[in-house]
Amino acid sequence: MDSSSSSSAAGLGAVDPQLQHFIEVETQKQRFQQLVHQMTELCWQEKCMDKPGPKLDSRAEACFVNCVERFIDTSQFILNRLEQTQKSKPVFSESLSD
Amino acid sequence: MEGGFGSDFGGSGSGKLDPGLIMEQVKVQIAVANAQELLQRMTDKCFRKCIGKPGGSLDNSEQCIAMCMDRYMDAWNTVSRAYNSRLQRERANM
Repeated sequence: MDSSSSSSAAGLGAVDPQLQHFIEVETQKQRFQQLVHQMTELCWQEKCMDKPGPKLDSRAEACFVNCVERFIDTSQFILNRLEQTQKSKPVFSESLSD
Repeated sequence: MEGGFGSDFGGSGSGKLDPGLIMEQVKVQIAVANAQELLQRMTDKCFRKCIGKPGGSLDNSEQCIAMCMDRYMDAWNTVSRAYNSRLQRERANM
């Protein structure tokens, strides 16, 4: 009897578990990196950096930290509220929070 | 795979793929992509900060650009640390 692999991990059939784990880890790392890029750009341009000086003073540093925290808060707020309003009157055809 | 990244994915022409080698090459390419991303954004931001009306040369702006680069790296590292802390806090609260 043919014993075909039933691993449907990535629809690729038999995926090397080591590679699979590697892909998952690297994907997560990349999500992190992308967000750091995005937040640095946003906080730099919009909020925290006026004129670049000889070093990052404590006020600017605190601004960046706050900026990150508020950005994450905003992101979470949006997701939560969207989920709530979705429950009462669905806007999108598919649920966001799979 | 047609070697879309322009490199031999550890095949060595033997038809067998070495996962270890693949992972190393992927990591390198990811690092390169991240460096390019950083460079692109840094250039954009420092051009905006340091070049007012584009003149005939960079001379006066070079010091500003150099400082800007360093501050951008500082900012990037600060954001990276802050985000990491936040993630760890979130995980601890779960």
